[in-house]
Amino acid sequence: MRVKIHVRRFNPEQDPAPYWAHYEVDVEPTDRLLDALHEIKWRIDGSLSFRRSCAHGICGSDAMLVNGVNRLACKVLIKDLGPEIRVEPIRGLPVLRDLIVDMEPFFEAYRAVKPYLIVDEEQLPEREQLQSPEERERFDDTTKCILCAACTTSCPIFWANGRYFGPAAIVAAHRFIFDSRDQGAAERLAILDSRDGVWRCRTIFNCTDACPRGIQVTRAIQEVKQAIVSNRLRGDGRATGARAPDRAADRLRAQ
Amino acid sequence: MPSTVHTFDAVVVGAGGAGLRAAVELSRQGLRIAVISKLYPTRSHTGAAQGGIAAPLGNVEEDRWEWYAFDTVKGSDYLGDQDAIEILARESVDAIIELEHMGFPFNRTPDGRIDQRRFGGHTREYGQGPVRRACYAADRTGHMILQTLFQQCVKHEVHFFNEFQVLDLVVRDGRVAGVVAYELATGELHGFSARAVLFATGGYGRIFKITSNAHSLTGDGLAIAWRRGVPLEDMEFYQFHPTGIYKMGILLSEAARGEGAILRNDKGERFMERYAPTLKDLAARDVVSRAIHQEIREGRGIGGRDFVHLDFRHLGREVLEKKLPDVTEFVRTYLGLDPAEDLVPIQPTAHYGMGGIPTDVDGRVVLDERNTPLPGFYAAGEAACVSVHGANRLGTNSLVDLVVFGRRAGRHMATFVRESDGVPWPSDAIAEVADRLESLRRRREGQSAAEIREALQTTMMRHASVFRTKESLERARQDVAELKERYQRVRVSDPSRRYNTELLETVELGYLLDVAEAVVVSALNRTESRGAHWREDYPRRDDATWLKHTLLYRGEDGDHRIAYKPVVITHFQPQERKY
Repeated sequence: MRVKIHVRRFNPEQDPAPYWAHYEVDVEPTDRLLDALHEIKWRIDGSLSFRRSCAHGICGSDAMLVNGVNRLACKVLIKDLGPEIRVEPIRGLPVLRDLIVDMEPFFEAYRAVKPYLIVDEEQLPEREQLQSPEERERFDDTTKCILCAACTTSCPIFWANGRYFGPAAIVAAHRFIFDSRDQGAAERLAILDSRDGVWRCRTIFNCTDACPRGIQVTRAIQEVKQAIVSNRLRGDGRATGARAPDRAADRLRAQ
Repeated sequence: MPSTVHTFDAVVVGAGGAGLRAAVELSRQGLRIAVISKLYPTRSHTGAAQGGIAAPLGNVEEDRWEWYAFDTVKGSDYLGDQDAIEILARESVDAIIELEHMGFPFNRTPDGRIDQRRFGGHTREYGQGPVRRACYAADRTGHMILQTLFQQCVKHEVHFFNEFQVLDLVVRDGRVAGVVAYELATGELHGFSARAVLFATGGYGRIFKITSNAHSLTGDGLAIAWRRGVPLEDMEFYQFHPTGIYKMGILLSEAARGEGAILRNDKGERFMERYAPTLKDLAARDVVSRAIHQEIREGRGIGGRDFVHLDFRHLGREVLEKKLPDVTEFVRTYLGLDPAEDLVPIQPTAHYGMGGIPTDVDGRVVLDERNTPLPGFYAAGEAACVSVHGANRLGTNSLVDLVVFGRRAGRHMATFVRESDGVPWPSDAIAEVADRLESLRRRREGQSAAEIREALQTTMMRHASVFRTKESLERARQDVAELKERYQRVRVSDPSRRYNTELLETVELGYLLDVAEAVVVSALNRTESRGAHWREDYPRRDDATWLKHTLLYRGEDGDHRIAYKPVVITHFQPQERKY
């Protein structure tokens, strides 16, 4: 089928301002939007610039604003977009060229939440640390994140204030805060209990809608908020809300 | 052309599993290192691996590293080096425990230990029946490895150069001095002076039309090393994964069959029973991919066409949602089908290069059959050939390879860096690369890289994939030679310096052409059938002549030199291979 694709383009090296470029391509209804963009780049205009790699929704390179919502170009099919498709760079991050934005502020927020397991390395067992299937399930959803930035750049709070950590960084923190093996929850909760932390979230749910991995992003943010509150109430610096009170692994070890 | 030279103790090129594992090792040891990646690190293709990572933990049933080693040797069709395979099988346990300690979210058994599942070619008691050896995180095991190792790099504050394309390996007086890279954001060239360089640049599936591989997998490290006089080992062995989504090539994990999914032909028959009576659908990948093609050739493809079905319907929704959520979603998204109710059309998809840059078991790149190292140069992961995969890799073993040999390479590099005094950075290293790049950018007449690439992928798919003959390979060789000729006149239409992805694709095409040529020449030379290399005109394995590795040295104008390296055999003598 023939589709019209309108792409928001901008090359600061030569263009005074961003503009819309218009293309028409023949594609299959079951093709990905990424296939259509390649069709443009490979047959019509080699200068069209965008990021992509795996082409099946797992590497997180090609988040774009497609007909007004954030999508991965490789995970949305032409037949679901209609005969006219508008493609723009994701919002809230500086445009470097065409559909390519500066990802550094995004990764800076990610790094700031200490996105790695914090344990006392001296205390590690010789074999694996034990974790029950229920404890593992507790943070399963947030391990799916591919850092594509679709959530963060769909958030109006982030658009208005780029210093807000944003949903993706909070998802990364959640993945560790709720991991029964982790001992750094208090540190991370303190980081997120700040001016640019979780309290900026107004539960607009754009992030959840935008996530190509189906992560319940807004829920994860709410759980982090709750953990901060129950942590404050207990006042002992432990992330109480972060852990099931009845720790299955302790039971397993005691057996 | 503006340029900068950076100095580090060691440079890692590529930020997939092998590169990041080495980087963690190097930074833990306090070295000043840089990781150079043409993507953002979390975009690397390790993240696309789905099903599992093997280790004989014995968490759910008895298992031994000797059984695992045997399976890997047999899977390799006896071409894998058994000293390296022994290391892989033994160190896998420690490497997996270490990943768990780093935070990897493995699925768990009811008693809280790492859960394990079945996978193709992995057996108990030397082939008696399937064994549960693959550790996993649902069907996103590779994603979790990539994330976990990247997280460790964040913790250790590893210095990344993201979206830098490496263009040259700098060698002076027989030693490595560093690399030259192109910064995509600015179009500037950067020199990286280092005492040790690791190539962990991944595979080259994009030489084929139907592939599970990312667009970025263009064999960069192999081609660059080859151009600098390093041979390429065993390039004739390229694995087609049995279950790619029809026409798109997107991988549907072997974990699907590990969990019980079944391949069916047009008559609804479970045809693998005929080809592999013991392991059936869980036979090694080369065996299953050939069986699928055989069914198609004999008219039993679905509706007589070039695909068969993968049947998940009896697994139930709970297994699909808990253990195969991504596979289920790929089927829904790209085919609009529900695997709980619909048969899924699949065809073999180009997946993994067993061959690559020859290394020893410490990741040192070696230059000949006597294992003479090129001091300071290392390789690991799919880009390397240790060789643990021989003529056919077992499922899960790519991930084991990354963490076991990525770690070993990192350790050896750390020692090497401390003991070596380094090579002075040659002043002309960047200028040479700049000239080549500028001539590409300035050319105004000619063909686009896209046209040439498409022709390459078509001919490789048609003439050099699962079934090969002298005639088909000669045709492929001729086509590749002609495409290389056309590449001399390739044209980049985009003159910009900033994010010139067309220029990048054109450079990548140059790598693809070299690597494709190495595959075809090696395949033409090997007149036997072994593992993934199937010659219809030589349908038997010929141990008397061919129980040896190919080393292909690049010559000018397609005049390449071939040498051979003996296979290391320790415990397992070659036998007939049946599943």
